[in-house]
Amino acid sequence: MEPTNTSDPDYFHRVVDCQWACPAHTAVPDYIRLIAQGRFADAYMLNRESNVFPGILGRVCDRPCEPACRRGRIGVEEKPVAICRLKRVAADHRGDITARLPTAPAQKNGKRVALIGAGPASLTVANDLAPLGYQCTIFEALDKPGGLMRSNIPSFRLPAKVLDEEIGYIVDMEVDLRLGSPVRSMKALLNEGYDAVFVGSGAPKGKNLDLPGRQEAADNIHIGIQWLESVAFGHVDSIGKRVLIIGVGNTAMDCCRTSLRLGATDVKVMARKPRAFFKASDWELEDAEEENVEIVINHSPKSFVVEGGRLTGMMFEKLEYTVDDKGEITDQKAVGDVFFPADDVVLAIGQDNAFPWIERDLGIAFNKWDVPTVDKTTYESTRQGVFFGGDAAFGPANIIWAVEHGHQAAISIHRRCMGLPVTERLPRGVNLRSTKMGVHEWSYSNDFDPAARRKMQHVELTQRFEKLDVEVELGFTAEEAATEVERCLNCDIQTAFVPQLCTECDACIDICPVDCLTITPDGEPDAVAARLTVPREVPSQPLFVSSPLKLTGRIMVKDENLCLHCGLCAERCPTAAWDMQKSSIHIPYAGNEPGGHVPCQQRKAG
Amino acid sequence: MSYIRKPNITYKGRAKNALGLSESSYEGTMSTLCAGCGHDSITAAMTRAFFELSIPPNRAVKISGIGCSSKTTAYFLSQSHGNNTVHGRMPSIATGAAAANGELHYVGVSGDGDTLSIGLGQFAHVIRRNLNMLYVIENNGVYGLTKGQFSASAAFGAKTKKGEVNPNPPIDPVKMGLALGASFIARSFSGDKNHLVPLIKAGLRHKGFALIDVISPCVTFNDHEDSAMSYKYAFAHMHTAADLIENKPEITADFPEGAVVPVTMHDGSDIYLKKTDPDYDPTDRARAFEYVMRHQEKGEIVTGLLYIDESRKDMHAANQTVAAPLNTFPYEQLCPGSAALADVQKRFR
Repeated sequence: MEPTNTSDPDYFHRVVDCQWACPAHTAVPDYIRLIAQGRFADAYMLNRESNVFPGILGRVCDRPCEPACRRGRIGVEEKPVAICRLKRVAADHRGDITARLPTAPAQKNGKRVALIGAGPASLTVANDLAPLGYQCTIFEALDKPGGLMRSNIPSFRLPAKVLDEEIGYIVDMEVDLRLGSPVRSMKALLNEGYDAVFVGSGAPKGKNLDLPGRQEAADNIHIGIQWLESVAFGHVDSIGKRVLIIGVGNTAMDCCRTSLRLGATDVKVMARKPRAFFKASDWELEDAEEENVEIVINHSPKSFVVEGGRLTGMMFEKLEYTVDDKGEITDQKAVGDVFFPADDVVLAIGQDNAFPWIERDLGIAFNKWDVPTVDKTTYESTRQGVFFGGDAAFGPANIIWAVEHGHQAAISIHRRCMGLPVTERLPRGVNLRSTKMGVHEWSYSNDFDPAARRKMQHVELTQRFEKLDVEVELGFTAEEAATEVERCLNCDIQTAFVPQLCTECDACIDICPVDCLTITPDGEPDAVAARLTVPREVPSQPLFVSSPLKLTGRIMVKDENLCLHCGLCAERCPTAAWDMQKSSIHIPYAGNEPGGHVPCQQRKAG
Repeated sequence: MSYIRKPNITYKGRAKNALGLSESSYEGTMSTLCAGCGHDSITAAMTRAFFELSIPPNRAVKISGIGCSSKTTAYFLSQSHGNNTVHGRMPSIATGAAAANGELHYVGVSGDGDTLSIGLGQFAHVIRRNLNMLYVIENNGVYGLTKGQFSASAAFGAKTKKGEVNPNPPIDPVKMGLALGASFIARSFSGDKNHLVPLIKAGLRHKGFALIDVISPCVTFNDHEDSAMSYKYAFAHMHTAADLIENKPEITADFPEGAVVPVTMHDGSDIYLKKTDPDYDPTDRARAFEYVMRHQEKGEIVTGLLYIDESRKDMHAANQTVAAPLNTFPYEQLCPGSAALADVQKRFR
């Protein structure tokens, strides 16, 4: 087999499943170790480098890192490390970090950037560019900044104070934030002579459901994201007793829980499909169900029922599905109609981006779905100097994706303004550094901790509905955090192998607690895979393959799937052919580009 | 050695044996041997063999003498019976235990010093008695615990780590076993578990004395360039006479008829010997002796199942002792009292 090229920065990066899965590639094990050491401010600053909003994301991130977490793959009962909530621990206990924040230089670079929408994407662009001397102007339609983070995420999940603080860190870098200033014409904006324009206006158009009765009952039918915005800004403060939520995504979860806080007592979430097909994250479903929201499956909306000019409920078609072995729906049939009474209905069936304010003759091409054509690497539209990011670029995703779009767009904007080609970007890099400190001492906590995932404590049900903004999650206690950090397997402490040193004594294979190592004759990939100590459970996880070993010409193969990074192979290796080495993945930002404030070579390894 | 206990993890896809146990149920305490010691690999092979044979851990007995090798009984089968005995006297304790209860699986672990120097007499007599046990010699050619002096198995002319030359010829346990009439004789190498595990399994199933001499490099004192028991030397000089394979192979180009010889074990099941050398006959003691001698003169280490005789009676059968374990008898029957003793004595007057 072809030996694995471990000098490819992506190889070791991929082993750190959480960091690889995170759109912004936050160095998760690094910050968890800092939390373990009580270095909360350091953990916060490390987070901020990549994800910009640790306090916000520590509460409401969609956490793609957690389903990817190695810990969740190990045993049948194992759950991933509570990465997201540990981020909140760092944010909650960071103390005063204002002196460590980047600042805008007194000497500006003479470039002006317009940012449309004060959501996470635009704020990230400002965060990356303001320290380089750019004059950033953010145009926000609403009276407060934050975009969807403020208007759509209820305050019982994300307190306003957290938002204000973290947005403040960016705005305080001499960013010109213009609230209540919707951009009504792109042409007019472009005429103002900005060096670059970034569109981070989100996907603000909630989908409608045009069924019979929709017009007659309009007063009691609400579009989810607009309704949540009205609640967030105090324009709506009540709802009927019986509420039906149509749709079962994360917005639906926010709608049903918000309804309970506005006076509803009977809230049902109506889903067309069975539970396995829900779009909402498991944990958001759990939190809604904890509040006694009923989730009704297999009901497709048919009509709004109106009596005497007032909504009385909805008629649904009950469906039955045929699901095949792979879990895919192969057939469905209707088995009769069912009526559900309701005082109000909230539609949470999706959202679109809409750009009625962008004239179509500006050289910004729109595709057949009437969304702009945006380059997936540079985030530039077909008009040079106009960039898109966040939900505005490729439709609804989540905050952490918007942040990553912002980072990448900032690089492009900087390169465009410096007259450099935007398609040429700094590559990612990786540094490896041994963690061996003595004969049997390692600079990380490598002993496997069998503790189960800590469960987040919530405010009592009776208390949490008293006010709209009672934050439900209490955050981890010191003890819970101390236990949870030890569950992290330190996947960034890599098993680095030097085949020339191996004496093929088998010590590593014997001691490996998950049997992920094999020494075997070289051969075709299938033949080698068939000889592994334990058959591969997850073929999408890579195999590490060494070059031929010195004594027998056999190869060392490691299935990266289950490795615990416990370091026992390196402990037991008589010749240090195995070593545990800390990998630091270098993710370039605008500041690392030529003309930036931190050239890549000077960045310290994490 | 390592200072971190191997965690017990029931990972997804972990194999279970017929008893529903995973291999971790057959492991022992943390090894305190040097990192890379061949003995630790033999420990892992032992764990694997007991796991694969689905032997309940509480039906096994581990006995050892003194030395690095003899420490290893602590590192596997922590739920089994065990006795770390006197230097070179493991065979006597094993004989006593087996005499009292012949139903358990006896595993003796010894080293080249414990077996071929201080314990040579005991070793010879336990072979003679054909005690039903597996006797594994973890053979590294040096006295590791006393800082690396030559042991009785060190090759003639081999050098210590400091360069001293060995003036004496070695005692070869395989040739001793052949000479003394052992009924199961094998040699293997700690670095090759595919070879070693089937031999341990066959040795455990053999009804009688099963001797496996395992070359087990001492990483600290005998893994250097001039050693004849280093990993490098062993990998380069292993000569397999007859490999054991677990299942009956289909006759193919790789396994032509005649190359695979079935051997019927005492329990009626078959094991299969793959003769890598057509010259070899593992049922002919004299030819086996000659074969081992001839290849040794070329500096080779002859490995594999070298001799097997399933027909010889073990100690219990030869002495016509009672089949049931003594602990199953009521006290009155085990110790019938002074009247019965007087009756027996009368017969000799």
